[in-house]
Amino acid sequence: MLTPEMSVDMRTYLAHVELANPITTAAGCAASGDELSQFIDLARLGAVVTRSITMAPRAGRPTPRMAETPSGMLNAVGLQGPGVDVFLESELPRLVERGARAVVSIAGGSVAEYTALARRLADAPGVAAIEVNLSCPNVEDLGRVFARDPAASAEVVASVRATMRYDVPVVAKLAPDVADIVAVARACVDGGADALAMINTPLGMSIDVDTMRPSLAAGTGGLSGPAIRPLAVRCLWQVHAALPGVPIVGMGGVLTGRDALELILAGACVVSVGTALFHDPYACLRILRELEELLKERGFERLADAVGLAHRPPGAGPRQRIDLEESSL
Amino acid sequence: MRETAVTPVQVTGTVLTTRRVDAYHALTVVAPGIAERFRPGHVVSVAVGGPHTSMPTRRVFSVHDVKPDYGGTVELVFAVRGRGTSWLAERKARDSLDLVGPLGRPYPVPRDPCACVLVGGEYGSASLFALADTLQQRGCRVDFVLGAASADRVFGALRARRMGETTTLTTEDGSLGLRGRVTDALPAVIADARADVVYACGPMAMLRGVTAVAVEFDIPVQVSVEESMACGYGVCMTCVLPVIGDDGVTRMVRSCVEGPVFRGERVRFEDIGTIPFDALGAPGGRAQEGGAHTRNVS
Ligand SMILES: Cc1cc2nc3c(=O)[nH]c(=O)nc-3n(C[C@H](O)[C@H](O)[C@H](O)COP(=O)(O)OP(=O)(O)OC[C@H]3O[C@@H](n4cnc5c(N)ncnc54)[C@H](O)[C@@H]3O)c2cc1C
Ligand SMILES: Cc1cc2nc3c(=O)[nH]c(=O)nc-3n(C[C@H](O)[C@H](O)[C@H](O)COP(=O)(O)O)c2cc1C
Ligand code: FES
Repeated sequence: MLTPEMSVDMRTYLAHVELANPITTAAGCAASGDELSQFIDLARLGAVVTRSITMAPRAGRPTPRMAETPSGMLNAVGLQGPGVDVFLESELPRLVERGARAVVSIAGGSVAEYTALARRLADAPGVAAIEVNLSCPNVEDLGRVFARDPAASAEVVASVRATMRYDVPVVAKLAPDVADIVAVARACVDGGADALAMINTPLGMSIDVDTMRPSLAAGTGGLSGPAIRPLAVRCLWQVHAALPGVPIVGMGGVLTGRDALELILAGACVVSVGTALFHDPYACLRILRELEELLKERGFERLADAVGLAHRPPGAGPRQRIDLEESSL
Repeated sequence: MRETAVTPVQVTGTVLTTRRVDAYHALTVVAPGIAERFRPGHVVSVAVGGPHTSMPTRRVFSVHDVKPDYGGTVELVFAVRGRGTSWLAERKARDSLDLVGPLGRPYPVPRDPCACVLVGGEYGSASLFALADTLQQRGCRVDFVLGAASADRVFGALRARRMGETTTLTTEDGSLGLRGRVTDALPAVIADARADVVYACGPMAMLRGVTAVAVEFDIPVQVSVEESMACGYGVCMTCVLPVIGDDGVTRMVRSCVEGPVFRGERVRFEDIGTIPFDALGAPGGRAQEGGAHTRNVS
């Protein structure tokens, strides 16, 4: 048992890379990092996951790009960003200068483009890991999204893995709206992914009943926020059950420490925070504090002991007995 | 006309007073950290819906007034539009409110005294009075042109009459002042005041019209734009609009960070809601060569 003044060991591993704690920003939800550093010390996060970096600068999608939905939001930002050159010249060095661990997210339209990005990042100092955003249309396959195709996902991952330095983990980021997420996860691991991240935003849509037109200029957009948390828990659950040895970065609607713990119990060893950052610039550090508190209350000495714990067989008992009344059903 | 950026803070403020002003609601909130950093044109972003809210995005409002009471208060003036502003309209004295601010680029003010015309549409006038104060302290002449669809939606007419050298009011239904729009009245006001600069805050269509008038007179115009926002502090990338930079290149810039105040002639009003083909990183544009035809579908 822990005495109240003892702290929980919050360290975690993204493949072999040690992070001081499991809380990171989610890709595309913290702009360049400068904005949040007005509020928090980025060095106190487990890592900063960057926006998805592309080869060329991207202007993104037309506005309106955002629509709030019940406990969530739709976005069609369209990977607006400065391109890899500016990223390497200024954004990445600033993250490193601030003492942040940078997980660099990359996005491309072809295997060749992902590979070219990996090549540009291979020698860049300060890249703790690469997260491969597979929710991009494959221009060589009529715009079919990589993440929906196990073979195409595996091909991207294998090529990035072969290009990156061996000591930089490659994380494959999966989409939840696929026929069989375990099949995609398995294909990525077979392709060489050191870890998996899930979930990216499922595609959604809303229509403004006053204008009687889609709310977003792009029509459809990615749904994020608490509305998708059950979807994230289900995906984590299935993938962790099938591939228990693979580290998973969990995300989807985490607003509080409790939400983070739910994802951890489902199998995540790292938790990314996205939409919550739009609500609370301090979200990451608050969630970290709340998570540590919850683990302590439950008698955990190490975060690692909670990872995937909900999968234990019935009757194995939680670490600390919680007496539940017999169900009347 | 340079302003340096200030660091925003998050404050859990206490509502001091609430009141109705014609079609609008006004909330005064004790928010010392924000009040002391405030400059005219700054905005704040507000979390709505309470602790277990189903509204994850923040709402952005101009600051109408700051006062030194209780260490510093800010006042917001708003119209009820959707669920967030309905919730705000139900706040009572002593409720707490999560504010982040001050945010954005404030109105740049001229170094030397000059004649300024301040144009406000609907609640857009709310941001102009603090500006008028600052301008008058610097010896500037201030003339107001305020307008709205109807009399109850013209905000701050009395205060404008007290502060302005002249005040011209317009309503589309003719219920107050001249029938028509602010842009109908603006040329005469600029000419009579021999204005050196125009400041404007209001709906996008009005800002476009005001910019056209100022360009016609060949005087600078600073506009405070209103784009749909989710955070207000630069992380969500949803509030962009096409703006021409000092280098002549159009970029999709965030109106919460680089704005909300822009030089009017730099904003490509006619292209809002599109990605102009010549914008940096536009699809198919030159910057896109190298095969980045990706688009994020999720
Ligand atoms: C720089 C700036 C200054 C503003 N100042 C004022 C002010 O002083 N008084 C006032 O009444 N209103 C102001 N607005 C508009 C105000 O932000 C919206 O009316 C408000 O966000 C609507 O929220 P809602 O929940 O009622 O509507 P909903 O439609 O439910 O809002 C849903 C989402 O869309 C966003 N949104 C919707 N409309 C707008 C809009 N017009 N502008 C920005 N975001 C929007 C909201 O932030 C929210 O994330 C300002 C907007 C900006 C960008
Ligand atoms: C505005 C916005 C932009 C995003 N941009 C990216 C991106 O560039 N790359 C990516 O892999 N995921 C992106 N995502 C998805 C998030 O990283 C995350 O997977 C998803 O939003 C679920 O987490 P959340 O509910 O905590 O936001 C974006 C999400 C949002 C809301
Ligand atoms: S409102 Fe979020 S970036 Fe401007």
